[in-house]
Amino acid sequence: MSTTLEKTPATTPAFQQVSLARKAKNGFATALIWLSFLIAVVPLVWLLATVVINGVKRIPYSNWWTEDFGSVLSDEVGGGVAHAVIGSVLQGLVCAIIAVPIGMLVAIYLVEYGRGKLAKITTFMVDILSGVPSIVAALFIYALWITTFGLPRSGFAVSLALVLLMIPVVVRSSEEMLRIVPDDLREASYALGVPKWKTIMKIVLPTALSGIIGGIMMALARVMGETAPLLVLVGYSAYVNWDIFGGEQAALPLLMNNERVSNPFDEGTVAFDRIWGAALTLVLIIAIVNLLAMLFARLVAPKKK
Amino acid sequence: MRPGDRIFQILTTGAGVFVVSLIGLIGLFLLVQAIPALQADNVNFLTSQVWQTTPDDMRFGIMGLLLVTVYSSLLALIIAMPISLGIALFLTQYAPKRLARPFAYVIDLLAAVPSIIYGLWGLMVFAPAIEPFSQWVNDTFSWIPLFAAGNVSPDLRGTIFTAGIVLAVMILPIITSLSREIFERTPTPHIEGALALGATRWEVIRTTVLPFGKAGYIGASMLGLGRALGETIALAIILTGAVGREFTWSLFDGGATFASKIAADYAELNNEISAGAYIAAGLVLFLLTLVVNFIARSVIAKKGD
Repeated sequence: MSTTLEKTPATTPAFQQVSLARKAKNGFATALIWLSFLIAVVPLVWLLATVVINGVKRIPYSNWWTEDFGSVLSDEVGGGVAHAVIGSVLQGLVCAIIAVPIGMLVAIYLVEYGRGKLAKITTFMVDILSGVPSIVAALFIYALWITTFGLPRSGFAVSLALVLLMIPVVVRSSEEMLRIVPDDLREASYALGVPKWKTIMKIVLPTALSGIIGGIMMALARVMGETAPLLVLVGYSAYVNWDIFGGEQAALPLLMNNERVSNPFDEGTVAFDRIWGAALTLVLIIAIVNLLAMLFARLVAPKKK
Repeated sequence: MRPGDRIFQILTTGAGVFVVSLIGLIGLFLLVQAIPALQADNVNFLTSQVWQTTPDDMRFGIMGLLLVTVYSSLLALIIAMPISLGIALFLTQYAPKRLARPFAYVIDLLAAVPSIIYGLWGLMVFAPAIEPFSQWVNDTFSWIPLFAAGNVSPDLRGTIFTAGIVLAVMILPIITSLSREIFERTPTPHIEGALALGATRWEVIRTTVLPFGKAGYIGASMLGLGRALGETIALAIILTGAVGREFTWSLFDGGATFASKIAADYAELNNEISAGAYIAAGLVLFLLTLVVNFIARSVIAKKGD
């Protein structure tokens, strides 16, 4: 075997050329894979361009950010979305105040205490909870808050529904951040005789905090765009309402839906401008919150080992 | 154990138990609220396609909603699956490392856009743009039942076809990001082994990446399906309602899904008896997404071990 090889020096290259069919298949697959990526980018660009081009007409008005629609007729140019921005931010903040502690406690449980069956079930249920449709979350709060407790529809009811949607996202991101805190830190603390809970509160949490805040803000941005809970759980008002526990309260998605349903919605109408103006406002708010989240996550992220 | 530790452990474990019990609570509350309406229902709840919630003559069944929900979601899945696969492969195998991260971020941006904006874009921009194509398919292939003239939309805009494509864009990011994570875990020795045998890039993917990631990719797709089944406001905006019509298998038909029906008729929730019918529909949607997510998560969890 080896002698024959030595006697006849290789005249053909050591490697066979890749056959034409295989080359063609490879090229075809490469083209398809690039194409699929481009296909996904097209709607994104198209969508954002639509929002910006249609929305930018209204936003430059100074009163867009400072007035509500209460002072103008539904087909009259003027007014602003201050009422909806206030509603969205209030409902989002109240939701965060409830969801963040619960989500972080669950994350701490999973990372620091959770062993065995309950931890596995908790992880699984958090995943399942993240798949619950927002309309179902809204109906659940409706059944609990409005029918069972007999309380009125309000911004707070919306916040409660958003809590259900926010918890799984907070748990996931906090868990990830807590897990990359090096064990050396925990052990050093224990060695000094610091109790476990104090170690978690004073050593582990502060180390992971920036990343956790980043995750929280991303979750917040997500729930602020939800529409379904708003439809079911609160009435729309064209006026500013600071009271989250009572009365009708606007939010940006609700405003958009309300204008769409109650007014002719075609190019050139007031409703058209208002809807796309509100859409751009919403996208801007979400983009800002997301940017802050990224900044937080990047600035003081715990170093990976 | 020190008292502080005890309290902290109980607190975090309690939060875990709370989240675990949430799923059960959602099901329980919806069920309890749905029962009175179900008892007042004069047609078969599971098989009827009628939806009438007049308090003194309740006739409502979920079959119509179920068919449209599943049909539009499956269409979205069929479109999104190959594209997501392509993008995930692009991001893990083709894109230069330095580009892969920002590209993945661009795809994730699709998930950050609020669904009401997808709905408005779908109705105002995308539907008119795709209408000529729909018309052409309808004219040319109307002998196939799938493409026959539907019974609602003379302009072929508010159809399951349009809704399915928009839904596909909406579920792309979730399928892509999960598949990408799984493809990234393909053992390097497998890939290097295939390369050493002289495989082309496509052959490497076909022989190592795809077999390794298949289960995870299917799980990810099912999660996308779960998302599509529960999508609310985008479909409520895009789909044209078919009042009192039976479901046909035509893609150019309108209709309503569970979620879009509840969102479109949210005013009905003000009447306690009518509300029960919508809560019953919500319960079915909840169970449907629960089963889909449950299977999806089980598949993915198995792969992760």
